[in-house]
Amino acid sequence: MGFFESWGHFFDRIGLIRIGSTYAADIDFLIFLVLVVVGVWFLAAELIFVYFIMKFREKGDGRRADYIDGKNKRHKRWITYPHLAVLVFDVLIIVVSFNVWHRVKMDLPENPDCVIRVTGQQWAWIIQHCGADGELDTADDIYTVDELHVENEKLYHFRLEATDVLHSFSVPVWRIKQDAIPGRSITGWFQPTVTGQFDLQCAEICGFGHTVMQGQVFVESAEEHAAWVEANTPVEAAAPAADNTPSSG
Amino acid sequence: MVEPAVDLTHGHPHDDHAHHGPEGWKKYLWSTDHKVIAMQYMFTGMFMALVGGFMAYVFRMQLAFPGINVPGFGMVSMGEYNALVTNHGTIMIFWVAMPVLLAAFGNFLIPLMVGADDMVFPKINRLSFQVFFVSTIVILASLVVEGGGFAGAWTAYPPLSANETYNLTPLGSTLWVIGVGLEFVAFLLGGINFITTLMNSRAPGMRAFDVPLVVWMIVVASILFMLSVGPLLAGAIMLIFDQTLGTGFFNPATGGDPILWQHLFWFFGHPEVYVVLLPAMGVVIEIIATFSRKKVFGYRIVIFTVVATGVLSFFVWAHHQFIAGIDPRMANIFTITTLLISVPIAELCFVYIATLYGGSIRLTTPMLWALAFVAEFLIGGVTGIFLGAAGADIYFHDTYFVLAHFHYTFFPIAIIGTYAAFTYWFPKMFGKMMDERLGKWHFWLTIIPFNTIFIPLFVLGMGGQHRRISNYSGFAELARDGFQDIRVFATVSLLIMLAAQFIFFYNCYKTWRSGPKAPKNPWKANSLEWTTESPPPHGNWHPDEMPVVYRGPYEFSVPGRVDDYWPQNEPPQRDS
Repeated sequence: MGFFESWGHFFDRIGLIRIGSTYAADIDFLIFLVLVVVGVWFLAAELIFVYFIMKFREKGDGRRADYIDGKNKRHKRWITYPHLAVLVFDVLIIVVSFNVWHRVKMDLPENPDCVIRVTGQQWAWIIQHCGADGELDTADDIYTVDELHVENEKLYHFRLEATDVLHSFSVPVWRIKQDAIPGRSITGWFQPTVTGQFDLQCAEICGFGHTVMQGQVFVESAEEHAAWVEANTPVEAAAPAADNTPSSG
Repeated sequence: MVEPAVDLTHGHPHDDHAHHGPEGWKKYLWSTDHKVIAMQYMFTGMFMALVGGFMAYVFRMQLAFPGINVPGFGMVSMGEYNALVTNHGTIMIFWVAMPVLLAAFGNFLIPLMVGADDMVFPKINRLSFQVFFVSTIVILASLVVEGGGFAGAWTAYPPLSANETYNLTPLGSTLWVIGVGLEFVAFLLGGINFITTLMNSRAPGMRAFDVPLVVWMIVVASILFMLSVGPLLAGAIMLIFDQTLGTGFFNPATGGDPILWQHLFWFFGHPEVYVVLLPAMGVVIEIIATFSRKKVFGYRIVIFTVVATGVLSFFVWAHHQFIAGIDPRMANIFTITTLLISVPIAELCFVYIATLYGGSIRLTTPMLWALAFVAEFLIGGVTGIFLGAAGADIYFHDTYFVLAHFHYTFFPIAIIGTYAAFTYWFPKMFGKMMDERLGKWHFWLTIIPFNTIFIPLFVLGMGGQHRRISNYSGFAELARDGFQDIRVFATVSLLIMLAAQFIFFYNCYKTWRSGPKAPKNPWKANSLEWTTESPPPHGNWHPDEMPVVYRGPYEFSVPGRVDDYWPQNEPPQRDS
């Protein structure tokens, strides 16, 4: 895993984009792998291409072009072998891609520390935080607009919804992106690994104000997050919660 | 109508009216001559390219200098920005790539290359352009109606596109769908002609494997278009109903499904990529063969590969929807099919490179464009692998990485391919030789800025920059100084590239005024269009001189011959 870990941090290390979640390095590793595999092919093809153009350029010495129709087996293998190689590399990429896809989008880790609801609407993200109890749809839920507050290293499930048009929940440093669709609730997960304040985008055009659909993610340490939860828990939920009788509101 | 003695297959009814042809301005309104219709498509397409290019200029200026008063346009509001990017995409694909590559060159080349006097159905051909012209007016009108042009991206995903309370462009969005729908009808009509003309009007002696590859590719493209467009036309009608009659095909509140549109759109949309790619690839292989004086490496491999690509292209569409809310298990299937399509496309590129081997390469302007197509399209091809792998697409979806990727496919197709074809067949189309020196200036001043526009955008995409945002200053990670510098750099490159296009127009004007007259066969090529006058007369050949074909189109540098080319219609020596 050391090997994967280190190359998975390539884009972080060159300063392009931070690694901020548990699966971000997996996605970056896949991207880096594709970069190397297709990069080698690409450079080889371009070099041969340019070399042929230089070498076989008409130089006015009266040399005529060869007559090669490509039907000859000996010639044909110059096409056959490379394209079999392309196939082999395709399989390699497919296998790694499957692994990443399953980890991020199909295998939902169980027992989340908190469940949140993210709702896209023109042109804001409405975030329903789980509150102190870690459960969604309880009295102590905290609602915010365009601000997602999470605790570092905790496992989160989200329910992604939309009220009007398509939106797309995207946090680049976490490498997370999922379209929100009116009429559906899509479940996903993330687990942040770096504290700080990061961009929360809407990556699907959603109308006039798409540009200003700008959110922020606040990844906080345990103490900071506890303080934020305490300060923002609704008053009516905080009081009855003390004697363990949830209010109906 | 006099039937030429040798002509056994040209016997389709060709109305007398068209043989004399309408005169004056009526010629351009009612002509059924495939060459006139080709010109109509070409000039309409080129005009629309200017419109689409102007839009790119406006929104790139806004991105590089947010809030600037763009010269020639003014301030760009968020709504206008969305409308500009939407219609830039729509116009460049449906009103530039399609009419110029498929319709104009399909119309011009197919009858000339198969040795026919016109299309099989000249009047349907005329109707095709007329419907297309109406569609052009509709899409242009949609930009100036009250509320502004449609602003929901060229993919027009509902519910945004379906409901005016969401998109705020009640007239613009409906006209947009109508315009696109009409455009599809026009190309269906044209496609019928392409397919039937290849099947029925080939010159005597021309077998299936004597047909130039560009004709094969245009016809395969037409078949792909016909097979894929039906679902989208149905979807377009459902979308118009949703917009105007209040139906709910795509409205989840009434039991509809917005994702349905995405399937209908991309079931068409991905084959559509190959619909415009194949004609460009065909143009390029013709030019590479001619100017390297080489037979195409593996003619039949190319045809079978193209057909395989076409078939595969129907099974990859959902790679546009990996994170759109489809069942995640489907992503596995579409990752496999998408990456598999890299095999035939890579094979085509290998064939093109192999054709250069052992050649006697002349770097004329058309050849430069053709070689640039291969070099640049490779970048578009390999960057597609990142997006086809579902795991990586989670991050790259809807970023500038996607944008740069498909511009590296569509720009080589629609711009480089068009310039290759235009400069190669210009002598045949207009009977004059273009200026090579100006042509090469134009080439380099287009190719270099093209790369300096889009390579930086790959970097922005990898940095997480999402698409269709008019101003990134509200996103801390994207408003970094370095990133803004990259945006300015790309915009300046665009300005240089746009300015360089005036060299091309000046070259056309100069050639038209004072260019040397073109001979019948200036490039010493083999296919049939080079055996007639430049430009060809109505009916293409004198009725007594309709060509007869004896060999394939790529018999260059055949050992034992004095000439290094061997026209398809030259009779073989009797003594052999």
